[in-house]
Amino acid sequence: MHVPDGFINAPVSAATGALAATAVAVSLRGARRELAGTGQGGGGAERTAPLAGLVAAFIFAVQMLNFPVAAGTSGHLLGGALAAILVGPYTGVLCVSVVLLMQGVLFADGGLTALGVNITDMAIVTTVVAYALFRGLVKVLPRRRRSVTVASFVAALVSVPAAAVAFTGMYALGGTADVSIGKVFTAMVGVHVLIGMGEAVITALTVGAVMAVRPDLVYGARGLARPLELRTSPLTAPASAPASAPAPAAAAEPVPATAAKPVTPTPAAAPRRSVRKVWLAGLAAALVCAGGISYYASASPDGLEKVAHDQGIDKNTKKHATEDSPLAGYSVKDIGNARLAGGLAGVIGVGATLAVGTGVFVVLRRRKAEGAAPAAGVAGERA
Amino acid sequence: MPPASFAPSLEVSGLAYAYPDGHQALFGVDLSIERGERVALLGPNGAGKTTLVLHLNGILEAGAGSVAVAGLPVGKENLAEIRRKVGIVFQDPDDQLFMPTVREDVAFGPAAAGLRGAELAERVTEALERVGMAGFADRPPHHLSFGQRRRVAVATVLAMRPEILVLDEPSSNLDPASRRELADILRSLEVTVLMVTHDLPYALELCPRSVVLSGGVLVADGSTQELLCDEELMRGHRLELPFGFDPRSVSLPV
Amino acid sequence: MGAGHAHKLYRHGHSPVHALPPHCKIAAVFCFVLIVVSTPREAVWAFGLYAVLIAAVAGVARIPAGFLLKRLLIEVPFVAFAVLMPFVAEGPRVQVGWLSLSVSGLWGAWNILAKGTLGVAASVLLASTTELRELLLGLQRLRMPPLLVQIASFMIRYGDVITDEMRRMRIARLSRGFEARGVRHWGVLAKSAGALFIRSYERGERVHLAMVSRGYTGTMPVLSDAAAGRAQWTRAALLPLSALAVCLLGWTL
Repeated sequence: MHVPDGFINAPVSAATGALAATAVAVSLRGARRELAGTGQGGGGAERTAPLAGLVAAFIFAVQMLNFPVAAGTSGHLLGGALAAILVGPYTGVLCVSVVLLMQGVLFADGGLTALGVNITDMAIVTTVVAYALFRGLVKVLPRRRRSVTVASFVAALVSVPAAAVAFTGMYALGGTADVSIGKVFTAMVGVHVLIGMGEAVITALTVGAVMAVRPDLVYGARGLARPLELRTSPLTAPASAPASAPAPAAAAEPVPATAAKPVTPTPAAAPRRSVRKVWLAGLAAALVCAGGISYYASASPDGLEKVAHDQGIDKNTKKHATEDSPLAGYSVKDIGNARLAGGLAGVIGVGATLAVGTGVFVVLRRRKAEGAAPAAGVAGERA
Repeated sequence: MPPASFAPSLEVSGLAYAYPDGHQALFGVDLSIERGERVALLGPNGAGKTTLVLHLNGILEAGAGSVAVAGLPVGKENLAEIRRKVGIVFQDPDDQLFMPTVREDVAFGPAAAGLRGAELAERVTEALERVGMAGFADRPPHHLSFGQRRRVAVATVLAMRPEILVLDEPSSNLDPASRRELADILRSLEVTVLMVTHDLPYALELCPRSVVLSGGVLVADGSTQELLCDEELMRGHRLELPFGFDPRSVSLPV
Repeated sequence: MGAGHAHKLYRHGHSPVHALPPHCKIAAVFCFVLIVVSTPREAVWAFGLYAVLIAAVAGVARIPAGFLLKRLLIEVPFVAFAVLMPFVAEGPRVQVGWLSLSVSGLWGAWNILAKGTLGVAASVLLASTTELRELLLGLQRLRMPPLLVQIASFMIRYGDVITDEMRRMRIARLSRGFEARGVRHWGVLAKSAGALFIRSYERGERVHLAMVSRGYTGTMPVLSDAAAGRAQWTRAALLPLSALAVCLLGWTL
């Protein structure tokens, strides 16, 4: 998805460049707030650089982690949604932008003049869409760990096609190629719905893994952890606090005591229903997207398959020539397999989307049920 | 304020601290270290050693009691001065060496204190020479061996000409040769040293005096050899000598 | 990445190109790419001249052609895109053998290929003649916000450390007989990714402590501030200026 020089014309490149610069400037301010943590040494602006730098290094590294799909193909995380959920939207925009900047300057991956386009598309749109959706869902859903996983899933699922839509928009304004907007839109969004499925599964699983061990580190779920704080109760003797329950493991973290506000517990019956509602909504959304694909696929099978093919390559291959450095993973993967992804979009779009979606939810549910109990104990051990 | 030259390098009195989550780590610690002394801080995991260390340069603020470095009380108003005087070498040199090259990393502390130009360069060279790493100034830290990184980490702190050098587990992950080299370097320094460690033979080799921190209070303070020979004390605080090591039989280097 | 592995990207040398201050080089490359992008695609010869310019710079910098060409591979996905364009684009079509190709699609493909390749080539030249550290200093001197430069520096410094951690986790998985083969193994991989995040974040906290302990208050001390002289700027401007001349010719001819 890294756009090269010359793909988008100069005025639109310049405009997105200005937009990206503004967004990064705003994020620099916002990130200070997000990263001013509760840990040792107090908060303040001086935490921003080391923490954001390490998060950027993490995103850079995790993009090299291969997730095998089938028959030798593998995908990898784009990381926008993950960053937004784990460290907050501002830091997320900032870190992904830095990663893109370095990729452009060091590896020539993405053109220098297209940097604005790339940042707008992959850092800003992805992160902001993912975080807005995530927060919205977390607010609506019951205050539970599983809700965070479900929200992460939906946020990541939508964020990738959203970036594709944004790209199509930029292309409509300043594309230099004479391909109809409809074709670009169909191909981009179609393929990215599929990529989004993968992104969603990985993001949800990763957020779940972090939630299980250090829920306090999941920025998007901070509001969720705090109500579990039990320490201010005047009746509880200090010694009995650790034994209170496995669930409020987050309370062991250095969270400011002022945040401990009693919160009315949500009735137990309501959560299940709203989870199901979102689940159904998600499925419906997937169905609509997938339906769109199949419609266009039958309308223009040729063009779609080809453009999709090409976009698939882009997604699945990251290449440059630095072998046997730690960046070796950042290297050529089998291009031929991308054809598979492209073909898939047109031919079995609907079926695959539904099957994967259903499968994911089933797996997630089971995993959450298994993982919740032992994981809670670990977090309490820290400090 | 008492004149700096007569004040002990480190004066901790009645220091107590609880983390924001309510977990209390220190329950009134008193410790005084004279100039030029080398003291080992021993104690089991979770005894509060790291918490104590983070008070020495004001990263954590004392809940009760006080810390003074060379007569200067640790507090918000003189944090910059305190951080120049207290050099902490953290356990993982990768955390300590955050700059792109060794030279820049060693220069970071003095430069943050306002030094520039020839004076800064001189400080850097001097510090690197004292740890025997002068030939590596332009290398990126990632390319050094672990032992070399640990020595550079010591240099980054020496470059600030600290009043007291605080080392967190200095011998961890070192091979025997690097361990000995580091010991030689530490012995050659004319600076007060507080060494946090589980490595009891290393403490015996380097520090004439030891204190034992357990459960957030100091439970012993005396000659390292005597403490290590006190089997009851050792057992009571989960301190164990390595197999076959007998502190009585060791003749200490002078 | 990290400076240590920079030799894969960076080719050590003592050419006039290597010797230029980094901010001059960054500015020159950026202007060059900007000029290339704004050249009309019909001026085919102009792109040939640009390629000659790039080759000349590479010659002066003594960057072997093979090295440059191999790094150009980064472009491959968009070459594929360009190749498809004549098939899917609209407009009048021409018959080439048994293929029916769109004229505007051909132009579009050419446009992307030429400009993209030149852009990548220029960036590769920059990265192979400038050390990582220098690049960051250059960006800082070009008024990129210091905080952003700091974040990028940390990313570069710890990129290696974190990649190494990831590799160790993978070896640990393999040693216990786990090999990810399909979607059903994603849970384990995601747990690794989660653990990697926690380690990275906690390392960030420790690095912060180490920095604060040495007097960090939010700004990095500026250690070297070598401003570029007029001569250096002039030399760096050679590339974009000659490109500008070509570009203007391209618009007028």
